[in-house]
Amino acid sequence: MTHSTRRRATISAIGITAALALSACSSTSEEPTDSGDGGDGGGALTPVSLQLQWLPQGQFAGYFAAQEQGFFEEEGLEVEIIPSGGDIVPQDALANGDVDYAIAWVPKVLGSIEAGADITNIAQIFQRSGTLQVAWADSGIESIKDFEGKTIGSWGFGNEWEIFAAMAENGVDASTVEIITQDFNMNAFLSGDIDAAQAMTYNEYAQLFETPNPETGELYTPDDFNVIDYNETGGSMLQDAIWADAERIADDEEYQQTTVAFLKAVIKGWVYARDNPEEASEITLNAGSGWGPSHELWMVNETNKLIWPSPNGIGIIDEEEWNSTVALSLATVNETGAQIITEEPPATAWSNEWIQQALDQLTEEGVDVTGEGFEPIEVELNEGGN
Amino acid sequence: MTTTAGAGPPPSLRSRRGAPRRELARWGLGVLGIIVLASLWELYKLLGPSDGLVLADARVLPRTSDLAMPHIWDMLARLSEPVTRADGSRPLWLEVAIAATATLGIAAAGWVVGLVVGVGLALVMQRWRLAEWGLLPWIVLSQTIPLIAFAPVVRSWGARVEIGSFEWQDWMSVALIASYLAFFPVAVGTLKGLQSPDVIHVELMRTYAVGWWKTLLRLRLPAAVPYLLPALRLAAANAVIGAIVAEVSTGLQGGIGRILIQYAGQASGDPSKAWGPIFGAIVLGLAAAGSIAVLGSVLRNYRRVEVDA
Repeated sequence: MTHSTRRRATISAIGITAALALSACSSTSEEPTDSGDGGDGGGALTPVSLQLQWLPQGQFAGYFAAQEQGFFEEEGLEVEIIPSGGDIVPQDALANGDVDYAIAWVPKVLGSIEAGADITNIAQIFQRSGTLQVAWADSGIESIKDFEGKTIGSWGFGNEWEIFAAMAENGVDASTVEIITQDFNMNAFLSGDIDAAQAMTYNEYAQLFETPNPETGELYTPDDFNVIDYNETGGSMLQDAIWADAERIADDEEYQQTTVAFLKAVIKGWVYARDNPEEASEITLNAGSGWGPSHELWMVNETNKLIWPSPNGIGIIDEEEWNSTVALSLATVNETGAQIITEEPPATAWSNEWIQQALDQLTEEGVDVTGEGFEPIEVELNEGGN
Repeated sequence: MTTTAGAGPPPSLRSRRGAPRRELARWGLGVLGIIVLASLWELYKLLGPSDGLVLADARVLPRTSDLAMPHIWDMLARLSEPVTRADGSRPLWLEVAIAATATLGIAAAGWVVGLVVGVGLALVMQRWRLAEWGLLPWIVLSQTIPLIAFAPVVRSWGARVEIGSFEWQDWMSVALIASYLAFFPVAVGTLKGLQSPDVIHVELMRTYAVGWWKTLLRLRLPAAVPYLLPALRLAAANAVIGAIVAEVSTGLQGGIGRILIQYAGQASGDPSKAWGPIFGAIVLGLAAAGSIAVLGSVLRNYRRVEVDA
């Protein structure tokens, strides 16, 4: 008697626990779906997925703007923007067929292409490198040449290539340089563990100006630092580009059409971010970016500077720049003796065909795709980026 | 009847019938532990070398700067402030709590799947010796696969699953990874528990001409409870860790793993903020382990039976 009641109580308790667990899950499952809703735009939309290379943030403002402003829908697309965490490699996700397009840096992808990924650069969104190396103003580090014998920070995972390329270009003996892996923040640099830290213009560089100087209590200012811009070192490489499946784009007509439509919407998104940085920053914040508003706006503004002006039209791959990135990828050797690539990438590694079509159509529609008159805004950073 | 043959002695069990005063003392000790920890933190921050201590290129003592070790009260104050200065920004503690709840849900799903798979495997292995020989090495081996190699594969496979109206959600990949860590202690613990009854008891069942199912229900499962409970607690902790790591790994939005790396990126300008999700993760682990204690009190009779036997 007592046994059976006890057992019944036990079983129901387990049932309740399981029910609670399951209900907790169903509530979380509803969250991701609301980012993908876009209302019904009439005809059937083509589903497209885009893999980012990091969490949602101003670096990707144009894609989120295209989503939020309905540019994708106008082109007949329903786009799912997929953020990446630490271990999702965009070019791998694309090569595996998990997504239709991916955002990734060129040198990293060149390595993947040599390893067998059959993918194509269809739009070079960032025309310039956004990588800096930052040192203290009194450190005596003013150029790449001063790296000798110093500790140099890098995030690793392929982010160190520009450092090694620049050192090779400037005749620095890389064996005297100690490369230290950096965290997501600038603490190692601020604490003195790193002499010159890697920083993106749109992110880590801003973090410095959001940090109070413990000696004065005031936020740090640009006067406190020496900045080395990789664009001026001869070691810069192409960064954020849109990649597509090379095999599908070669003979799948539907994918080709989708690609042009996708690129048109993306361009419109970046034009929107250029002309409305405040709104674009708001959009990325709503898309799940965790930065403070002033940091986010700084990020959108600095990202704009890497894109605009684009004299040939946004996304056009400058052959000279491409060849320079390939040459550096062939020549650069890192601290472990590894190289990015050992032979020239195949001709399918890049193509201006699709972006040109998109640009032509948009120019006809009267969209300013070069941004000749682009002027960045002034952003004031607050403590902690808030 | 007091000794068990072969399977080792049952885990010792304390009497749960503590006086209220003893209950109070236990809570008091818990609070005292937190206070001691907080005082040690502040004491070290006050007296420790400001640049920490580095021995032979290895840091043995951390720096005591506000960047590396914010004051306890700063961290607590930060929890009550809004996440950012944006309009309608939630207080940090609420943001962390919401994220922790989402992660707890995913971890719980992983735990349930881990429980079902683990117990299922244990039953199969108990039933057929051959299955034990064949499966157990693989179960052990499964835990040697690093999560960072495993997570992208799970997400990649998951993205292709679409059965009828059912579509694989990203959180399911995370739950699956959590269950992958959770099933292991359950499988091993349950197997040991199922094998724990005395030979004399098993033989008694046999003299009654009782089948395997009934032996399982009447003898083996009750005997497995004391082994199952610690295994479940371990599984709960594993599921939480697995969920957080998998969230970071796959970039899932909404959970504590995401804000953990997001706020870590902001730790230069806002050092106290980065500690918010860390506290959240601790509370999460305690909640997960604590819920097993609730389950334990539900099953207490089986545990006492084991001791009395």
